[in-house]
Amino acid sequence: MCLGIPGKVLSIKDEMAEVDFGGVKRTVSLLLCPEVKVGDYVLVHVGFAITKLEEEEAKETLKLLEEYLGREELD
Amino acid sequence: MEERNLIEAIKALHDGPIRLMEVCGTHTVSISRAGIRGVLPKGIELLSGPGCPVCVTPQEEIKQAMDLAREKETVLLTFGDLMRVPTRYGSFETLKAEGSDIRVIFSPFDAIRIAEENPGKRVVFFSVGFETTAPAVAATIVEAKKWGLKNLFFLSAHKLIPPALRTLLEGRRVLIDGFILPGHVSVIIGRKPYEFIPRDFGIPCVITGFEPQDILEGILMLLKQKREKRAEVQIQYKRAVRPEGNPRARALMEEVFEERDSRWRGLGLIPLSGLGLRENFKEMDAQRVFDLKDPEPIPDPPNCKCAEILQGLLKPPECPLFGKTCTPQHPVGPCMVSSEGSCSAYYRYGDFHAG
Repeated sequence: MCLGIPGKVLSIKDEMAEVDFGGVKRTVSLLLCPEVKVGDYVLVHVGFAITKLEEEEAKETLKLLEEYLGREELD
Repeated sequence: MEERNLIEAIKALHDGPIRLMEVCGTHTVSISRAGIRGVLPKGIELLSGPGCPVCVTPQEEIKQAMDLAREKETVLLTFGDLMRVPTRYGSFETLKAEGSDIRVIFSPFDAIRIAEENPGKRVVFFSVGFETTAPAVAATIVEAKKWGLKNLFFLSAHKLIPPALRTLLEGRRVLIDGFILPGHVSVIIGRKPYEFIPRDFGIPCVITGFEPQDILEGILMLLKQKREKRAEVQIQYKRAVRPEGNPRARALMEEVFEERDSRWRGLGLIPLSGLGLRENFKEMDAQRVFDLKDPEPIPDPPNCKCAEILQGLLKPPECPLFGKTCTPQHPVGPCMVSSEGSCSAYYRYGDFHAG
């Protein structure tokens, strides 16, 4: 039930955003994420954006783990 | 990092039996669908805990909503997952077939539109869900109050994850070496509400995303904590979860709801583990407006092991009904009904790995 679907914000009007989910467009409430801007990626749950997605953070996690795997192999 | 490399790293770190529990229906499904149990080294056991909101909603709460739906001029709204959950007194689906006006909504906001379109009817939204869902319902309640809708009511069966984890751990019936914590609940609540788990119980925790790669990374991070004799709450799912969670969402939850004792299927009555509407929203609170009493508990069907499965004490194939009298087509218990229930996930994906 806690499914979150990622999508890209296309436009914003009155705390509602038009969000593109890989070609399917839906209107989503920004009441829980008022800081979101056009072009941001958001995670949407039951019609509400619940967080902004940080792609850089994701890359950072991967980098750390890669370093870790490398170290383990040396051990 | 590729999944193959993650599995190699897990194998390199794994040094003895370890039991990891997830507490999120989306993790349950993802683990079964990706066949993660099958690729892990023997000895890493993945358990499902009380992470499916539909599964932990006790029969009596559903019956209370069904009783409201039977009243004249009433439209009952709920999430689709609840429609087929059987109780001793039937399900929403059977009630709808008998003529009650029960509708599935995808977003709590739909409730406002339906109440506007049906001014002569009383519209009741029976809402379930954890911290992921409760802020969306809270935002809807605040909007409904602004609009001054007189015919929209909320019957809240919302529940909170951290108190359930505490109860599970204090019960000491199931041994857990690490928690794969729910990604989207944590988007809202952040890291802090889980900190009692490493502090009071010495158990490592990782807030984990839902892709197979995320789950493997989460498992790897748990193994690493164990190897280094650390216990803390780490965040694997950094692209979505901030350490402080979503303060705006929590403020809305706090404005609308107050914590109440709540009964969970499998875990029983847990202090302050549920959410009810605050006094300030009493005109929309179905419990107050319709003077609903605390419902009497309804016993589970004979031989149904959902209660044990929700606590990680049994795996679905260990239930005598699993796959025999209880299937997704003819479910006996909630863990087989909800698409996110452990029994349904095991059944659909043939996940019978012992590990």
